[in-house]
Amino acid sequence: MIRVILPAHLRTLARVNGDEVTVPLETEPTLASVLDAIESQYPVLRGTIRDHVTLKRRPFVRFYACEQDLSHDPPDTRLPEPVVNGREPFLVVGAMAGG
Amino acid sequence: MSGVRVLVGTRKGAFVLTADGKREQWQVSGPHFGGWEIYHLKGSPADPSRLYASQSSGWFGQIVQRSNDGGKTWETAGNKFAYDGVPGTHQWYDGTPHPWEFKRVWHLEPSLDDPDVVYAGVEDAALFRTGDGGQTWHELPGLRGHGSGPNWAPGAGGLCLHTILIDPGNQDRMFIAISAAGAFRTDDGAKTWSAINRGLKSEGIPDPDAEVGHCVHRIAMHRSRPDVLFMQKHWDVMRSDNAGESWREVSGNLPSDFGFVIDVHAHEPETIYVVPIKSDSEHYPPDGRLRVYRSRSGGEEWEALTNGLPQSHCYVNVLRDAMSIDALDPCGVYFGTTGGQVYGSADGGNTWSPIVRDLPPVVSVEVQTLP
Repeated sequence: MIRVILPAHLRTLARVNGDEVTVPLETEPTLASVLDAIESQYPVLRGTIRDHVTLKRRPFVRFYACEQDLSHDPPDTRLPEPVVNGREPFLVVGAMAGG
Repeated sequence: MSGVRVLVGTRKGAFVLTADGKREQWQVSGPHFGGWEIYHLKGSPADPSRLYASQSSGWFGQIVQRSNDGGKTWETAGNKFAYDGVPGTHQWYDGTPHPWEFKRVWHLEPSLDDPDVVYAGVEDAALFRTGDGGQTWHELPGLRGHGSGPNWAPGAGGLCLHTILIDPGNQDRMFIAISAAGAFRTDDGAKTWSAINRGLKSEGIPDPDAEVGHCVHRIAMHRSRPDVLFMQKHWDVMRSDNAGESWREVSGNLPSDFGFVIDVHAHEPETIYVVPIKSDSEHYPPDGRLRVYRSRSGGEEWEALTNGLPQSHCYVNVLRDAMSIDALDPCGVYFGTTGGQVYGSADGGNTWSPIVRDLPPVVSVEVQTLP
């Protein structure tokens, strides 16, 4: 299981309580597979984190883990080991920008 | 007693305002979807309890919400708006080609007789349709297939399809408007479209009376006379008596012929309303006086409606989807401002009062007349 922290607006959309959710990951633990797992568990989030068709990250969404910015890493990048073994969460973050 | 439900979309959420037929005491619910831009909400004419809302955000994109109980509870619908085929390019602000990219839904227009059928006008401009209550959306590609798409250019708000009018006597006929491309009409259920901009003249495009390129802000019709259309263009208030085949200017004595909203009285097809706005780029009422103008002659001769509206130091705007008219008698007129006020008149515009004063900037106002 991968621990995931979603931004508040996406938690509201997905109707989850608390700051953190967990998603199962039975394939190679990569950026793409954790996003697949999030969207599979919460279909309402399809299109809100990455584009429906191209699967590109939305411009104002960032991915962090272990104090590292993974936003620009290729989709097949393996998640850091502390995320894979559940010691650290994977963070989906709304970019800090006005509004 | 019958009543009304006013659906208000704002920059930071949706609000639902309800009142009985007197329209004196209002209940306010919201914000719904707080923090999200709600470009438009609209109820189904076939089932007033069925509402649709366009919810969007610069961070998280487009969401469509649906309610089956008049806005008490909501559920998410489908949000995949994929253009049909290879989207191609339109013009960018400087005239260079720019790829078509979906950004948001500006306007949702439910079918007149089927609550599960809805048309969506989107940015970058295209028309989508759902037949399953919003679960799936499909582009109606005939519009962008008109052939003039590479010449469409965005207005200041983007290349948006913001107006969808369905002819109540012949639902294969629809009118849409795009800023800045112009108005279009289909007579075959959206398979093919004609540009209907003859008579429009626009500064800012190389050929002022070109077939397309006009910044149409809004068009309106009375359901009893679907061949008569009224238009608020970037500048000029226009009228067509032949379903858009030709237009003539009816700005008459307006203090500014720039504005965004235009709408038609519920029971008097020749009575129309606009809110003049000062431009270039100021986009607030002339002289700081918020005035609705009413013409009882289908244009040309206009009277200022000021009773209850601020007549000094008022510098708000009224955006294109932010006026609506109920079907009671006398009919009610409603509009929202970028200052967060929603004003209502229960006597056809003679007197006004604020229903709410301090909402986030109002983007859209729709009213439902309830049995």
